[in-house]
Amino acid sequence: MTDVLPGVLADLTSHRGVVVDSPPGAGKSTLVVKATKEMVSSGQLPLMIVAQTNEQVDDLISRLITALPPGVVIGRLSAQGYVPTPRVAAHASVTVGSKVADLGPALIVIGTAAKWATLNDGQWPWAIVDEAYQMRSDMLLRIANRFDKALFVGDPGQLDPFSVVESERWNGLTWDPMQSAVAVLLRHNPHLPVHRLPVSWRLPFSAAPVVSQAFYPFTGFSSGTGDGDRRLSLTTASFGGGPVDAAVETAAATGWALYELPNRHTLRTDAEAAAACASLAQRFLERGAVAYSEQAPDGAPVTASRIAIGAAHRDQVAAIRSYLPPSSEITVDTANRLQGREYDVTIVLHPLSGRRDATAFHLESGRLCVLASRHRHACVVVARAGIPELLDAHPSTEPVHLNVPVKFPDGWEANQSIMAHLNGHRVNV
Amino acid sequence: MTSLDRLRGDVQPKNHNARTIAALTANPGCSRRAVMDAAGIDKSRLASYIGFPARFGQSQFAITRGNAFEAQLKANGCAELLRLLREALKLPIEEASYDDLESLEQMDARAARSRQLLTRAASGEEGAGTLFDHPLLRLEVGGRWVYLEPDLVALRTGGKFYVVEIKSFAVIDGQADGTKVSAAATQSAVYVLALRRLLAEAGHDPLLVSHDVVLVCPENFSNRPVATLVDVRKKLSVLERQLSRMARIDAIVESLSPDLTFDLAPDSSGVPQRPASELVDGLGQVDARYSPECLANCELAFFCRHEARGTTASLGKSVREELGGVSSVELALSLASGSASPEPDQEEAAAMLRYAAKLRAEIVS
Amino acid sequence: MSALTALARASAVQAGVAQPIATVRHVHLSSRPLVFIPLSLAGEAHAPLAALVGSSVESPQLLVVPQPRNRDQRFGFAATLAEILVSYVDSFCGETETVAVDRGRDVRERYVDAPQILVPNGGGIGFVRLFGRSTRFRRTTGEWAVDPAVPLLGRWLTFFAERAEYPGSSMLVSMTGALGMHWATGQSSVEDANLAALLGWIAPPAGMTGAEAALEAEDPLRWPPAGPATDPTFDNEVLAPAIESGSLSTLEKALRDQLEPTWELMWRGVSLLRALPAGSRVERRWADDRGAFTGYVEYVAEGGFPQAKLDVAVAAAQRLAKLERAQALYDAQRAYDDPLVLAEYRLTGEAFAGSVVASSPDRLDASGKKRVLRPHITVRSDDPVRLGPGVTVVSPARPAQKGRIVSVSGSDVVLELSGGMGRGLTAPPGSVPEVGERLTYTTLTESYQAPAAFPSRDETPWTHGGPPAEYVPDNEDAAEEWS
Repeated sequence: MTDVLPGVLADLTSHRGVVVDSPPGAGKSTLVVKATKEMVSSGQLPLMIVAQTNEQVDDLISRLITALPPGVVIGRLSAQGYVPTPRVAAHASVTVGSKVADLGPALIVIGTAAKWATLNDGQWPWAIVDEAYQMRSDMLLRIANRFDKALFVGDPGQLDPFSVVESERWNGLTWDPMQSAVAVLLRHNPHLPVHRLPVSWRLPFSAAPVVSQAFYPFTGFSSGTGDGDRRLSLTTASFGGGPVDAAVETAAATGWALYELPNRHTLRTDAEAAAACASLAQRFLERGAVAYSEQAPDGAPVTASRIAIGAAHRDQVAAIRSYLPPSSEITVDTANRLQGREYDVTIVLHPLSGRRDATAFHLESGRLCVLASRHRHACVVVARAGIPELLDAHPSTEPVHLNVPVKFPDGWEANQSIMAHLNGHRVNV
Repeated sequence: MTSLDRLRGDVQPKNHNARTIAALTANPGCSRRAVMDAAGIDKSRLASYIGFPARFGQSQFAITRGNAFEAQLKANGCAELLRLLREALKLPIEEASYDDLESLEQMDARAARSRQLLTRAASGEEGAGTLFDHPLLRLEVGGRWVYLEPDLVALRTGGKFYVVEIKSFAVIDGQADGTKVSAAATQSAVYVLALRRLLAEAGHDPLLVSHDVVLVCPENFSNRPVATLVDVRKKLSVLERQLSRMARIDAIVESLSPDLTFDLAPDSSGVPQRPASELVDGLGQVDARYSPECLANCELAFFCRHEARGTTASLGKSVREELGGVSSVELALSLASGSASPEPDQEEAAAMLRYAAKLRAEIVS
Repeated sequence: MSALTALARASAVQAGVAQPIATVRHVHLSSRPLVFIPLSLAGEAHAPLAALVGSSVESPQLLVVPQPRNRDQRFGFAATLAEILVSYVDSFCGETETVAVDRGRDVRERYVDAPQILVPNGGGIGFVRLFGRSTRFRRTTGEWAVDPAVPLLGRWLTFFAERAEYPGSSMLVSMTGALGMHWATGQSSVEDANLAALLGWIAPPAGMTGAEAALEAEDPLRWPPAGPATDPTFDNEVLAPAIESGSLSTLEKALRDQLEPTWELMWRGVSLLRALPAGSRVERRWADDRGAFTGYVEYVAEGGFPQAKLDVAVAAAQRLAKLERAQALYDAQRAYDDPLVLAEYRLTGEAFAGSVVASSPDRLDASGKKRVLRPHITVRSDDPVRLGPGVTVVSPARPAQKGRIVSVSGSDVVLELSGGMGRGLTAPPGSVPEVGERLTYTTLTESYQAPAAFPSRDETPWTHGGPPAEYVPDNEDAAEEWS
């Protein structure tokens, strides 16, 4: 990280744009905060910052408040009717307004892309676009005239933006509005420098190579921590040693477990699998899991708020939640909404579990990538047996469009790669 | 006689070609198709004989147009193609030379000559040629050698080979039918793979063959050709995976009854004598994985569709999924109406179906 | 595909006839649609071969290209088609009405009716698009001059093809698409693309099941393909000899025989659709179509350029935004119009139906600067509730009123209502649902969304390649070979 930033900023002085690709947990937010700090101290102001959701904006603001020297005013551009969250509202150096004029003397103005797109004028010499791979290129088109130079930061392995409209009309055009902002930016400006953050500080030693090989086959990254630097220990004994305990123990010992239910075609809200997700998550709590890491060398208990369960569909999320106590603080959410988040332990309901055939949605590499890369210590994948066979039987007949760059990794291959790895961590039910 | 020979009966096997190898990726879960293709059985003939003829007729207008387009491109030593390739691949003019490999009649001789010319070109020999018209390549498919014939292979300065595929569908304002491009890309990937293996066997780097193939099509509404590079890496990885799985066919064949055969038992004048019902029974012994998409891809599809009547799969994959994966229409409806009681593993599907049926009944009376 | 439609398909198998999946008609049907059945020559780049066209069932007009590879004859075909289509289009440029636009800030004139083209299937729409592309840039003077009607035809065909992409538009409709939106057959959607088979399921001949009728419909001898692709056997055994014979009457007979069965099917489809009552929002969408039509008539009259070959960056983004807004509105409108469509959302948890079990119509919210009327009602849901607190829902029965979910306990949902109750602090009688009333609430909304702002094309940013070059039709477009 410290290696990358000076080069990035130097490139930004000689290019209109710079892209920084960040694999999961490689310090993307830290980079944005540090870059902002540098730009403030070198006077590269005023600066506009673009994020994709209000939550991301507020997260960034609270990090910037602590990182920036006192007196630097941050203007939060927001929609009319936005009620500032306490962490933003409480701070004297943050002004909130729906118009730039309402923000006072802010030299840093931050808002969602959708909000920025409502501005018809104003020009910022510098900009940072965060989560740029989550943004559609038509959104970039609407905000790009607001800045002269921009730093684009994001994770290329995550879910692509999508549209409710299916149209082949723009296939192959370099400005296809359905493509991600970065894809379109680079097709028009192929000589822009692209930097990569090489180290994941989130993923443990056990996970970085697996995720890197499956989802970042050409660029790759490594883990910031070494073998044995992170440890998950279970402080209570198992209850009778069933498969749930076996999976929890395997995951604690190796960082991965595949909790494999018998092969069966199910509804996607497979009750048995949903219940398994919930009980695996709960079992980590019951077993008193303690996480030892560079952040907590003496161990920190894995609390409910440090555990997440991820699934592909909202109805699956609802099904899993129904097996948790209503008061549970365990996060259960879809891959889309887990993007950018981090936990000690994750339980993943495999998108292909119980399916008879795969669709493009279920094979999308970004979906599995998000689900398999949220954890600092361990990840348990819950799936019905038969996924490798399903992948082998998958027809490869998707249409191919001329002049559309092939996207890597391919979901089918990434899935094969992950299943091959999980095979060594299997607990049969 | 191998088990596959027995399955086929006493006729020449129908050889694989790039199209049938590409079809390995169209429905790789179908054992029936896998066995039929591995045994070299003439599916089209079989389907007709049992009363379910395939409908893959080709219009003479399409054939004429396709041939005329290729002939136009290759006229005068590929003059027009060369012009295109120069633009698409930056082929230098002075290096253009042309080898017509179609004129050799003997397959083996053609394959040998092709290998000789291509490997010589790979070693960067002087005057080794830049365009190879209809070279004959070989690829091992399930233990049998299959001859393959790409339209053209081009060699660019710096020693990179490009497979050139000529198709007569139009590219209009830079766009073409995605299904047709996909099929062309898969076929071209078969050639890329065969060419890579040829080079590897001769000790050259297989990656000398580019994963970009050159697709040449008529542009807009004219006869004027346009070349587009198509990246076939994904197709290559799928093909390699499916070819490596060909061994599983042995396991399927071994599981079949030892006297099963699809021999049509033709008499001396070639008229099949085998009762069609026996063949139908035989087909029933090899599992098919029918889906409506097969209708566009497989000669046996109409038979398989007939056989699949009453299954939810015959209504389409998404219908089957929405019906909770219940395999028969009748059962899905009985579960929905509550007239059948679900097996333990059907309870969730049954509950969903009952709910859907209740909603429908509430509105449609 | 929803579970309800899947179940309807299963029921169709058992019943032997297609089952309804809509209770009202969701497409507009003109009183005199122009039915257009084009055929193209196999292997050629979208070369017209023949067409049957007309706006009444009794008078189809047959257009034939005697030598499909002859450029002049193709443009002759285009000119004849132009005569028919353009005069059909012109016949709607009569009476207008004055309508408010721009949220009431302005008014404009709009034709009271508009043309509607019906083609058999998606391929027919593709033909309209590509035939439009191949004719709209032609010049009417100079070396490659064509009949002046040809480029005008091209613009209109392109206009219709672009409307067909627009969710909810009924200006260019495929019969298989329109029928498939209202009936589920006992076959797959792949097979539904065959118009004869689809109609075989929807209205099987007496004494036949849908399955039998569909099977028969797949025989190209009985039911020739509905185009634009022809049956290869017909090409080889009938068409080729007919072209070679040089006898126009032989060729016309051969092509008429191929087209007439589809002509009958098209009008049978029209009758079936007409028999369905129109959804209440269909007229609203047709008004949008009429507005688009009026706008294009004016654009052509003002001498505007033909539609560009490709959307430039700004145009593409603008079009996508329009299509997305239209899609969201169309989804909501169909659900509001049709309880069977709404039921699909109940099944997926995006809607719930139930009865009001408690109502406090006079509840005021005093937390803000001003007290406001915010009644609470409790709805006991028949459906599993998958929506949570904070979500805004609307009932199609009361589209002007929004409900914000306050809490969900078991099947009881407490909603806080706003809108549709006047401006005072007491709700007028009937404006708040009363205990016992049955309602369905959904997250779908047809409320107005302000259009997004885009830079002008001259301001296309550097991230998207900068401003594109101005499009000027050139000789090459006019001369473009057509072989």
